[in-house]
Amino acid sequence: MSDLTEQWRERVCAAAAAGTALQVRGGGTKDFYGRTPVGEVFDTRGHAGVVSYEPTELVVTVRAGTPLAELEALVAGSGQMLAFEPPHFGAGATVGGCVAAGLSGPRRATAGALRDFVLGVRILDGRGEALSFGGQVMKNVAGYDVSRAIAGSLGTLGVILDVSLKVLPRPVAETTLRFAIGEKEAIDRLNDWGGQPLPVSASTWADGALHLRLSGAEAAVRAAERKLGGDVLADDAATALWQGIREQADGFFADAATGEVLWRLSLPSSAAPVKLPGKQLIEWGGALRWLRSDAPAVAIRERVAALGGHATAFRGADRAGDVFQPLPAPVMAIQRRLKQAFDPAGIFNPGRLYDGI
Amino acid sequence: MNIAADPVVLGEQEADFSSVDKARVVEALARVLPAGALMYDAEDLRPYECDGLSAYRQMPMVVALPTTEEQVVAVLKVCSEIGVPVVARGAGTGLSGGALPHKFGVVLSLARFNRILHLDPHARTAVVQPGVRNLAISEAASPHGLYYAPDPSSQIACTIGGNVAENSGGVHCLKYGLTVHNVLRVRGVTIDGEIVEIGNHGLDAPGYDLLALVIGSEGMLAVVTEVTVKLTPKPQLAQCVLAAFDDVIKAGEAVAEIIAVGIIPAGLEMMDQPATAAVEQFVHAGYPLDAKAILLCESDGTPEEVAEEIERVRAVLERSGATEIRVSRDEAERMKFWAGRKAAFPAAGRISPDYYCMDGTIPRKRLGEMLNAIQEMEGKHGLRCINVFHAGDGNLHPLILFDANQEGELERAEAFGADILELSVALGGTITGEHGVGIEKINQMCSQFTRPELAMFFRVKGAFDPRGLLNPGKAIPTLNRCAEYGRMRVSNGHVPYPDIPRF
Repeated sequence: MSDLTEQWRERVCAAAAAGTALQVRGGGTKDFYGRTPVGEVFDTRGHAGVVSYEPTELVVTVRAGTPLAELEALVAGSGQMLAFEPPHFGAGATVGGCVAAGLSGPRRATAGALRDFVLGVRILDGRGEALSFGGQVMKNVAGYDVSRAIAGSLGTLGVILDVSLKVLPRPVAETTLRFAIGEKEAIDRLNDWGGQPLPVSASTWADGALHLRLSGAEAAVRAAERKLGGDVLADDAATALWQGIREQADGFFADAATGEVLWRLSLPSSAAPVKLPGKQLIEWGGALRWLRSDAPAVAIRERVAALGGHATAFRGADRAGDVFQPLPAPVMAIQRRLKQAFDPAGIFNPGRLYDGI
Repeated sequence: MNIAADPVVLGEQEADFSSVDKARVVEALARVLPAGALMYDAEDLRPYECDGLSAYRQMPMVVALPTTEEQVVAVLKVCSEIGVPVVARGAGTGLSGGALPHKFGVVLSLARFNRILHLDPHARTAVVQPGVRNLAISEAASPHGLYYAPDPSSQIACTIGGNVAENSGGVHCLKYGLTVHNVLRVRGVTIDGEIVEIGNHGLDAPGYDLLALVIGSEGMLAVVTEVTVKLTPKPQLAQCVLAAFDDVIKAGEAVAEIIAVGIIPAGLEMMDQPATAAVEQFVHAGYPLDAKAILLCESDGTPEEVAEEIERVRAVLERSGATEIRVSRDEAERMKFWAGRKAAFPAAGRISPDYYCMDGTIPRKRLGEMLNAIQEMEGKHGLRCINVFHAGDGNLHPLILFDANQEGELERAEAFGADILELSVALGGTITGEHGVGIEKINQMCSQFTRPELAMFFRVKGAFDPRGLLNPGKAIPTLNRCAEYGRMRVSNGHVPYPDIPRF
């Protein structure tokens, strides 16, 4: 357990004065994500440890360099979890990197995204000021909600020092059902089920098979299982399935051909099948569609925009260009001014999100 | 006009808009608005002089009532060009004075934006205009078995635009979240008249999470013209447990224990004995009057789920020393249990000429300390206080009872409230859980945030509104204001903001 705030502050001030770019980095498990990382590596792993954990308050506060696995083990010890099921993408993932990347896993569509569970952050801005936003309580509307905006900012606004996250109890019961159906039918059913009071906690479709995870009270899971039908997966097979999807470790994600880009398509859940060349895996009740494709980026972005969503070149793309969907000029102007507000010298992960941001 | 180039300068002292020329503003707005959409005579402006916090009143210079987004764009362009403050307003039910008019400004009422544009039951979303009432969304969604989850107590009247501005909560937000968790996208207009779409019809959007910044921004970043909300399946069944305790601390411990065993109830509310007594004579909910505190714990879901959860809750309450436990047997009884809690504010108004509602949030484990301190403050300020509490999420609503017609009572109530808010911060909480800062709690922001943090808030504002024309003087205090406040409340010889000019 160590507090490096003061050393980090000095380093940030020096970098700001010299105009030195800093590549803020935890375990490096998400180095592949976003535009090409540049700058002197700023390793956050030394600032680690649990600041406070109050299971009955449903809040844990940890330093950014704390290993994500350590945090998950800690809360599991009290029967709790990070309900957004963040992907680790490797053994060394840190909590700071997890929050900076802002990525959520299979439970996201029903439990909420990482940003929904961020209650507060302490950061170092580009002036070397340690700033606290939000706090350790569930409801807090004092000041702009800066802590949620830090989530997913890819380390471009500041160095995360500490984070307070809301935790939830682990479900008492869980089961996974399998249905052999096609893409269109899977999207329709997922949206139908989404409108009913069912304890769905995750869903995925690929290769003609829809898997649905139910979580909650024992009685509720059993009742839903009877109502929905389908084949029940063995527990270990179910665990392996959801873990594989969360970590992109096997199956669809592992056997990508060379030259293929893994696209992350975020769409309205009921959007029609995307009908783009390549292979697909659907998650989040239809709202997240992974596409392995060698189709031109412009064709993919246009199709996804027409369906009301946005596309991210998640892995394997040319990272010198746009990885995230380009934004309309007025929104881009606000993003640039926000970057300037937090990081006037432009030293934090420059260009990782967009050119100049 | 004093127009600052660096937004941080905006945060140093209150901007002076006294040179705004009313005739010029009226003339320019009349050119872009149809007849009947512009008001500037005193008798027409009177209804806009306050919001739900009526202790603060200010007549606006002009009220604009546009009906189309083009008109909003045109109004904002005019205001931007002339340099006039703009205060957006929904139903005016807010409790922190967020919609209090600016003396030299335009009130931009979104009341005529009252249409539900699109409801998609399959995707479970609704696209609505900002003036649509919160409850009207749930009513429209109801035939599809859906509803809009956040339910602030004013939901019959408050608008979704106001909910977005305040990040409103409600009694069910421990389980179902606040506005920020239930809004997918907003469309709005910046002070420069640019239309921006923030968020997405999917579950996330590229770039920085501007949606998180806009929700709860109290009308200081953009004017919202359209909101896409997430709709939630209506639970099949809801049941409520009422538990009585002979000790407030025991009730607080029962709340912690419910959470500790892994239950997230749909609602978890506490009332102290004076609050129970006040509502009982008003609505006759059948509350036990000898209890020092009562808890209401609601469970919702499938019938199987509810039955299982209620049994677990009952076991915890018995272990925690509840002196009486009642489980609602039907919907009528459930509504009766809730009737008392929901009548707490009107009941306070019935037993006292005026009341002042506070909104601090604290870690739940500090509840006992807070209630003891409030009791002492009653003596110190010579006023009574009744306590209702969103116990599940630590959000307190002490209702300070006073009579504004008695010399000095309003000031004492305000001082009482300030003490509660300062203590909320000291106990590791916040000055506002769901009502917003507005004008009411702006001084206490100086206690909760440091000078660099406040400066950063002004920079965030500057990223959207570089000249500080949207709702100036609200939500985020200037450094000068904090210096003044610090001068009034120097504690332990420590002077906050020692290095800025004082007047």
